[in-house]
This record gives sequence, C-alpha cells and structure tokens, in this order.
Amino acid sequence: MTGFWQGVVEPGFFSSAPVHSAVAVGAIVAVVSGMTGVFTVIRGHSFAGEALGDIGSTGGSASYLLGINPLIGFLGLSVLGAGLMSATGARTRKARDVETGIVVGGALGLAALFLYLDTTRTSTTGAPVTILFGSIFTVPSSTLPIVAVLGGVTLTILLALYRMLLLTSLNPGLAAARGTSVRLVAVAYLALLAVAVSLSAITIGTILSTALLIGPPATALRLTDSPGRATVLAAVIGVASTWLGILLAYDSDYWPRQHGWPASFLIVTIIVAGYLLARVFGRDIRQPAFG
Amino acid sequence: MIPTDTALISSDEAILSVEGVGVRFGTRTVLDEVSFTIRPGEFTGLIGSNGAGKTTLLRVILGLQPATGTVLIGGRPRRGRDRLVGYVPQKIALDPDIPLRARDVVGLGLDGHRLGVPLPTRRRRALVAEALDAVDATRFADARIGNLSGGEQQRVLIAHALISRPRLLLLDEPLANLDVRSEHAVVDLLSRIARDRRIGVLLSAHDMNPLLDAMDRVVYIADGHAASGPTDEVVQSDVLSRLYGHHVDVIRLHDRILVSVGRVDRPDEPSEHGPIVVP
Amino acid sequence: MFSTFYINTWYAATMVAFVAGTIGFFAVIRGSAFPAHALPQGAFAGAAGASLIGVNTILGLGVFALLGAIGIGVLGDRERHDVATALTFVLMLGLGAFFLSLTTEYAPEIYSLLFGEILGVAHSELLPIALIGVVCLAAITILYRPMLHSSFSPELAEVNGTSRRRIDLAFLIILGLVTTMTVPVVGALLMFSLTIAPAATARQFTARPALALALSILIALATVWTAIAISYETNYPIGFFVGAIGTTSYTLVKTVKGAYRRYASGRHVMTAAPAATT
Repeated sequence: MTGFWQGVVEPGFFSSAPVHSAVAVGAIVAVVSGMTGVFTVIRGHSFAGEALGDIGSTGGSASYLLGINPLIGFLGLSVLGAGLMSATGARTRKARDVETGIVVGGALGLAALFLYLDTTRTSTTGAPVTILFGSIFTVPSSTLPIVAVLGGVTLTILLALYRMLLLTSLNPGLAAARGTSVRLVAVAYLALLAVAVSLSAITIGTILSTALLIGPPATALRLTDSPGRATVLAAVIGVASTWLGILLAYDSDYWPRQHGWPASFLIVTIIVAGYLLARVFGRDIRQPAFG
Repeated sequence: MIPTDTALISSDEAILSVEGVGVRFGTRTVLDEVSFTIRPGEFTGLIGSNGAGKTTLLRVILGLQPATGTVLIGGRPRRGRDRLVGYVPQKIALDPDIPLRARDVVGLGLDGHRLGVPLPTRRRRALVAEALDAVDATRFADARIGNLSGGEQQRVLIAHALISRPRLLLLDEPLANLDVRSEHAVVDLLSRIARDRRIGVLLSAHDMNPLLDAMDRVVYIADGHAASGPTDEVVQSDVLSRLYGHHVDVIRLHDRILVSVGRVDRPDEPSEHGPIVVP
Repeated sequence: MFSTFYINTWYAATMVAFVAGTIGFFAVIRGSAFPAHALPQGAFAGAAGASLIGVNTILGLGVFALLGAIGIGVLGDRERHDVATALTFVLMLGLGAFFLSLTTEYAPEIYSLLFGEILGVAHSELLPIALIGVVCLAAITILYRPMLHSSFSPELAEVNGTSRRRIDLAFLIILGLVTTMTVPVVGALLMFSLTIAPAATARQFTARPALALALSILIALATVWTAIAISYETNYPIGFFVGAIGTTSYTLVKTVKGAYRRYASGRHVMTAAPAATT
C-alpha cells in the first residue's frame, strides 16, 4: 500500500511551501467560484464571467504601468465593467452577450495598449502570456490572508443574497410580484461576480478562473435538481479538481520527460472531463436554464 | 363513450388525422391514445389547463416530438418539411435590435428553407404584400420586428405561416398575454382565414371562452386523454368527468362556460375550499 | 505607409474586414459574441502549438479554430451554447498553456498573434488568407436564407425544414475559418471586436437585412483601415485601435439614438411604431 501511495504522491509534496499556498488559495478560490458560478450558469452569464476576467486583466496591466497593486486595478476595472454591463439594459441573453462583447472589446483594446506601453518601458515580454495563463504555483503566500478575507466577504454576501438570487434567477415574475427589485439583485450579482472573478483570476489566472466558475457548477447542475445541493456540489467538485490538478502538476516534475506539466492545463482537463462524464451519465435535462 | 369523430370522416377528407397518439417522458405519460380529425375550413380549439399536454401534442403534429400512433396530414404521414402545415409558436424572445422588418420575416416564411440569397422579384414582393394584407399588417410592414407590440408580432408570425399556403395552421396559445380587444381581433382574423382560405385551424388555449363563437369543434385534453367533437357535445359534465377521471361540473352562465374540477385528492366530493375553476 | 513593405497588411486587412463584417452580421443576430470571442483565443493556443513543432502557424490556428467550433457545436445545448463555449475555450487555452510550457523560448510572433501587428502578415500568407476568405463568403452566400431564418427563430426554421443543429455547426465552422484568416492581421484578442462591433453598430441604422449587412462590411473596412493608418503613425498595436474604434462608435451611435428617441417621443404625442416589447 505504501508503494502505491509513494507512486501517487511524489516526495516533498506535503512539505513544499508553494504547494501549501497553492492548495490553500486554490481551495478558497474553487469554493467561491463554484458557488458563485451556479448562478452564473443558471442565469446564462457565462460570457459575463469570462469577460469580467478579461476586463480585470486590463486593470491589472494598467496597474503595472501606474505602479499600484494589481489587485486594486483588477478589482476596480472589473467592477466598473460589471457596472457598464448592467447599465446597458439589454433584456434577452443574446442582446446582453453582444453588449458584453462590446465592453470587452474596448477593455481588451486598452489592455493591448497598456501591455505595449509596459513592454517598451520595462521589456517584460512575458507579461501578456502571464496575464493570460497565470500560474497557481507562483502565488506568494503573503496574499493568502487577502484572498481568504475577500473570499469570505464574497461568500457571505452571496449567502445573504442567496434566496433572492434564486428567486430572481428561476422565476423573475414571481420575484417582482413579491416586491424584490429584480434589477437591483441583477446589478448586485454582477458586482459580486466581478469580485469573485478578480479574486480567482489574479491568483490562478484567467483560464482557471473561467474554468472553475463554469465547469464544476455546470457539472453539478447535471447531477442534481436542487440548486442548493448544486452549490455545495460545485464547491466540492471545484476543490477536488484543483487539488488533484496540483498533485499531478507536482508529480509531473518527476515524470519521465521531466519538464513538468502546468497545473492550469491539468486542472482544466480534469474539470472538462468531469463535465463530460456528467453529461453522459447525469440526468436528462429538459429545461434550457441549466447548461 | 367519449365522442370522437374519426368514425364519421373518411381520412381523405380530413386535413389532419391524429390516431392513438401517445407520448411518454420517462415514466410520465403525457399523452395517451389521443385521436381526432380536422377538416379544411374548420376552426378547432385545443383546450386544456397548463401542463395538460397541448404544446406536446402540437409538437407531435409538427414532427418535432416522437410519439406512438399515427399522424396523417392531407392523408399522408408527415415527412420532413411539410408544406401543408403552418405554425405560429407562442412567443419568440426577440432582441429588439434585430435587423429584420416585418416584411422580411414574412419573406422568410416563403423561402427561408431554400439556399442562396433572396432575389427581390416582383412575384416575391407581391406574395409578401398579400400575406401582410391578409393579417392587416401592411401599415407596419417596414417596422423593425423587435419594435412591434406582442399582438402585432403575432400577426406577422401568422402571415409568416400563411405565405406558403398551408392547408393546416397550428397556433400555440395565441391568446396568452393578449388584452381582451386583441383576443377578439385575433380570433376573428383566424376564423376568417379558416373560412376564406379553407384552412384547418387548430389553436391551443387554456380558456375556451374567447373561442366559443368561432370554434366549430373542440379537442379537450385532461390527464393525457382527449375528447373531441362539437363544443356542446364535448363540454358536458359526464364527458369531462370521464376525461379527468373524477367529478367535474360544467356550468353555463350567460354565454360563458366554467369547468369546475373538484379537489384532486377527494375526487367525488365537492371541496370545502371551493372547486378549482378552469374557465 | 503604402509601400510594398506594408501593402500586404492592407490587402489582408481588406479581405479580413469584408469577411468579418459578413459573418458578424449573423453573429450579432445570433448573439454569438462569446464564441466569436472564444474561438480566436483558442485558435491562438493552436498557433502556439504549431510554432512549437515548426509548422505554419496558420495551420495551427485553423486546426484549433475548427476543433473549437466543432466542440462548441457538439457540446452546445438546443437553446444555449454558453457553457459549451466556456468549457471548450478553457480546454483549448489549457492546451495552449501546456504547449507554451514545453518551450523556454518566447517567440516574438506570439505577440503579434495576440494583438495584431502592422507587419504581422507575410507575403506567403496572402494567398491562404484570400482562399479561406473566398470559401467563407461562398458558404455564407449559399447558406444565407436558412441561416437568417434559423438565426431569427430556430424553431420556425426547423418546422420549415432547416435543421437547427446543422446551421449551428455551419455557422461555427465558418466563424472558425474567419478566425483563422483574421488573427494574423488583427490579433487573437481583438478579432472578435471586428466581427461583433461593426455589425452591432450597423443594425442601429437600419432594419433592412441586406442594408445592415452591407453597412456592417463598410464599418468593418473603415475600422480596420483607420486602425492600420493610425498604428502606422503611432506604432501602437492595431488591436488597440480596432477595439477602441469598435467600442466607441457603437457606444456613440447607441447613445445618440437613445437621446434622439427620448427627444422625439417628448415632442410628439404618438409615435408611428409602438413601444418595444418585453
């Protein structure tokens, strides 16, 4: 038995500091993303979730130029982006996505400009790639407290809004009849999404951010009818996928070719594989609300 | 015996012949042994409460939903695209900015299934104009479809269905979301279309009262079963009770019909909280 | 800026704008902003992989764009594709991360593929770009009516004999092909802006489909030509100008239109067309 265990977990895994950070940050982010993501999928806001990551990245690149903490730039611009997306007042999902596309287009254009200015000044040619792909193992352990606090705040607000979110997502007519301002909840939700996405994108990169936001919730919604159970399940699947990916990424340094596989690739593959399995073996979905 | 009129009409007269149609979703039986016919020029109401299976039945006739039993359109089984059938869905969620005028939507009903680009021939323009005129939509023919009111959009969709000269027109809950005046207008329009063009019109509704004057026959659906025939024959207490599987009162008040379904868990007693009234 | 050095970019940009404006007309009607955004980035991952193994980057772009299009089309649900798009997207980017991890070199080509560069188009690439463009335009012309019908109402088109699934897949594949020819010129991150913004702006001006399509192409051409011209003068990346022009022109037109509408309805008691539906 110990031989098998030794094969699965390569030496030094449990004592490695980067692994500790990765595991802790990854877990927090996976939980926040998974729980927020259930509503993202139900409401059909997947594009907004991805777009907010890109918009935030623009804020991040601006931060490098301005010399301020990238988290501030990221958060600031993504919340602004969420505000712009709410302001458009588009009613159908198609119209919403087109408007989101316009906003992201502007933001990415700015990102192109900022990165260009950044490289000519500091010649860090790897910047666009890093922002796009990110890496979970390069999270400094000093960010852990901020991540935990922000994550906790996001979750608290999410849980406070939970009932209203559920009602406005599944039955907006009834919600309006009961006096809940559907629009206000929508705006609050987008702002919350901006924070959740910023948190995950800046720590683990935009790819993983989107993957954890959409994948585990979509998988969970294929396995259970109840949104409540789906929320918990999404968090569990997210954390499990992240930890397994971290383990495999660490192990991959010891694999025959010895170049080490990136964690983002492994985690994403695990998440997508999980979704596909749920597609095949999960319940038959009739309502178009669930992805 | 639940009256059906299949025995009275030979199948080459009927434009639509539904026989023994059944649909199951998993363990749930949505439709069971549904049979009725529609003749050209007949205005038929498909009546039932929400969730009774009306939309499912329409989808079966359209070929969008697999089912047991037979559906004959113009005497032949349905194959792929059937030129004889026109369809008006309940509501299309429209992006208001979509670059299509009412005129363009109707044009798509004519040749949207053909490859290539639509050529602006005189004939095409005339056909579109005629269809728009038939539904009294000419005055907003050049307006953006997304800017029209619900009733106006619906008329455009009717024109969209009519332009390919169907012999059978199916409408899914056309009266839902309409105010009373628009309700009358649409029923009058459809009744006229059925008569003037000898088209069999089948429209679903959960309230049969707006249709009473125009309806020739009714297909009443409850609990997956159907009863069809002239309104006065089908909408009777004994018929509907057998259909629902428990006691049902049919109350005629002035010119309205109210169907009072007893509480479901105690089928033979009138309930203490009052009956569920299906108008 | 019209020297032989840069002329390739003008040729390529013109072809690209033409095709992007055309498919964009449909993309906006279908609300397919997310696939338009995701496919180029996924294709970029393929380009990274291709340059890794020394294959023509356009081939890498093309293969991944098509794989992405098929992924979205197959995984997509009847009603919506956004989850399928998100997951296909992250999977391709994940592969991209994997490819990039296999090399310690950082090819400068990568930057131009992301943001577009004025010298980013090699002469040898002109012919493949033109060919792909012709194929795309031919496909769109042939499928024009069923695609328009299905984009307006997939259900009604299905009843009339047009398979929703097939049109979905055809649209996505054409979008993938457009991606392949556009990314080398405008860059992966902003190609979608050239597809979405001109078409979104064009339809503010007219409800006539043929006119909206023509206007979409014209605006795309104007956008890309202006972007190249200013990029030449300032050296800033083309992608920035494409995004900036696209977003500002759309916002401007929409704001003016909204203000005009409020002004007009304030002046007149009854407007000709009734209020918008819910």
